[in-house]
Amino acid sequence: MSRVSVPCHVKGTVALQVGDVRTSQGRPGVLVIDVTFPSVAPFEHTSTHTPAKWVTCLRDYCLMPDPHSEEGAQEYVSLFKHQMLCDMGKVLELRLILRQPSPLWLSFTVEELQIYQQGPKDLGIWFQVSPTLPASGQYAFALQSPSMTFPKWLSHPVPCEQPAPLLEGLPDPSRVSSEVQQMWALTEMIRASHTSTRIGRFDVDGCYDLNLLSYT
Amino acid sequence: MLQEESDLALIIAQIVQKLKGSNLYAQLERQAWASLQRPEIKLESLKEDIKEFFKISGWEKKLQNAVYSELNVFPLPSHPAAPPEHLKEPLVYMRKAQGSWEKRILKSLNSMCTELSIPLARKRPVGEQKELLNKWNEMGTDEPDLSLFRPVYAPKDFLEVLINLRNPNYENGDSHSFRTHLGLIQVPLKVKDIPELKEFFVELGLTAGQLGIDDSTQVPPELFENEHVRIGQKVLSEQDSAAAQQYIRQGSPTALRAELWALILNISSQPEDILYYEQLKTNVIQHDLLVDSLIYKDVKLTASNDDYYFVFEDYLYQVLLCFSRDTSVLGHFAYNSASPPKSYIRGKLGLEEYAVFYPPNGVIPFHGFSMYVAPLCFLYHEPSKLYQIFREMYVRFFFRLHSISSHPSGIVSLCLLFETLLQTYLPQLFYHLREIGAQPLRISFKWMVRAFSGYLATDQLLLLWDRILGYNSLEILAVLAAAVFAFRAVNLMEVTSLAAAEAVLADLSTLKVMPLLQIFLFATVT
Repeated sequence: MSRVSVPCHVKGTVALQVGDVRTSQGRPGVLVIDVTFPSVAPFEHTSTHTPAKWVTCLRDYCLMPDPHSEEGAQEYVSLFKHQMLCDMGKVLELRLILRQPSPLWLSFTVEELQIYQQGPKDLGIWFQVSPTLPASGQYAFALQSPSMTFPKWLSHPVPCEQPAPLLEGLPDPSRVSSEVQQMWALTEMIRASHTSTRIGRFDVDGCYDLNLLSYT
Repeated sequence: MLQEESDLALIIAQIVQKLKGSNLYAQLERQAWASLQRPEIKLESLKEDIKEFFKISGWEKKLQNAVYSELNVFPLPSHPAAPPEHLKEPLVYMRKAQGSWEKRILKSLNSMCTELSIPLARKRPVGEQKELLNKWNEMGTDEPDLSLFRPVYAPKDFLEVLINLRNPNYENGDSHSFRTHLGLIQVPLKVKDIPELKEFFVELGLTAGQLGIDDSTQVPPELFENEHVRIGQKVLSEQDSAAAQQYIRQGSPTALRAELWALILNISSQPEDILYYEQLKTNVIQHDLLVDSLIYKDVKLTASNDDYYFVFEDYLYQVLLCFSRDTSVLGHFAYNSASPPKSYIRGKLGLEEYAVFYPPNGVIPFHGFSMYVAPLCFLYHEPSKLYQIFREMYVRFFFRLHSISSHPSGIVSLCLLFETLLQTYLPQLFYHLREIGAQPLRISFKWMVRAFSGYLATDQLLLLWDRILGYNSLEILAVLAAAVFAFRAVNLMEVTSLAAAEAVLADLSTLKVMPLLQIFLFATVT
């Protein structure tokens, strides 16, 4: 079971701010990024299905330990299915709510967002949040991976104030096996890469007659 | 947590891969084969018996030390999506700043090359090679004309670069507000405050014995010193790197220091290491590099003029010239924000198969570089061992003092830590010095860049470097710098110019570092 990249469309960031963005002095401290999945089948109205609603799947996930300093500012982050608070089975749309309480930064966002799925029903999601201008302090995620069968609309999540550590429930066997697979794949990847053997020679065939130093 | 387990598996895989190419691996394999002849090794329980044999014969300890060394030096495996540059330095603007700084250095070296019409590298004619081999042990007697050479840069040039470092996404207003830092460093790196430092340096606390304090003549040795020496001897006999690192936080007895440092740095002089050093010596004999002249000039300007270190002049050449030829140093650029300078064989510009690094180890020495080696000469007298120790100290610690990075032990963080400590705990002094145009960092920068070498008395310096090894961090340099200012605060409050402030802090040779550190961290009323 290898991870499969799920094509997603990341919409532009929307700042949540009271008043006009252009005229007000302060910078927005909350950003919302919507992610849709073009490969998801169009919504079908059926009377037997419950209406789709927003569900919070990750609450107050801290990316930068100190919002005023550079620690973690341009880190790569992965989020996994086992960190999610709810079932990731049937997802239509993803919304990332970013919060950056410090006024010191000019802007903040997440970049290089990628979503992966493992197996047909399984949802091992990897969000790769990559180097950006200092990323936000807290995330409240709502959304999960695309469903193959029943799309559901999800209701608006309520952002939380208190940063709380994520508590894990008991892992279920299929999740454990998918994580072990992941682990194995990573270790195999490392082992397969060749060791760079250094011969110790700095010259080329005995010659070390150089031009000037090069720089780009 | 499952995530931690997969992280651990990744770390283990990385270390295994690293050690597989090492000498230790080959030795372990040989030992395992040889052990098959021993009567206690039985076929049914082969794996357990060999493991038991390794434990008893001390090979397991060697492996443990090697693993511990890897964990100390190499950063943890990074995220799979992170490019290699991210491991060198995660912040983009710092990488850019380091790149521009390097470009300046290369331009300077190139212009020196063209102005003086001296090639970057030259193969020595046979006669010259013989001559150099003959006077290898007394290169200090050589008096080449170095008047035209100038150091590529001095610490104060580097300080100017750090002062101008800015995060483009940060509120760098011109007007002073709560956002601008009052010191010279304007980047918002995370530095420890005193409560965090107290926790980090807990073994330096008032209730623990310290060499450098509790071994002075007034204190009876039964109280601390004798027991500490006894424990040190035990640590050495066990040959345990991790235990040695913990032990040395309270200082190392002079008699045990050389062995303890070698144990912590995981250096054991094998025949292969001596052969490697001889190979480097041959490289020095065969090729003459422009960088050699810079090294000569630096040694003549700094170490040779120092009362403590001038006797070691010849050793310094023997170490530094070989260091420049050592391609194994290139490995540390994986976690150093700097990159080795590149060049091409003459006439083959742009052809990758003729691309080389210059100098072979990728490190261009600056004014004062030889002072990193000088104190080690007190501990090690055998050139190849001295060389190995220096090389390991460089790729673990010293490289961070002259490259731009956000690492907590990097020079930028050390500068910010120093300024923050001074500002928070000696605000009047900081304000006064700032008002008279004597920003404290302008004075303390040179101390930190050289890790205080050449500024403190040697025995005090070695006690300081004991703690650098023990805590695997350079933060103690910033704390000591702040402690020195605190110690001379009364005099500094009376000065009215930068020159006068420099004069107050010109001579540190009478200072005792451990009491200063202890008082500043644990006994200052805040």
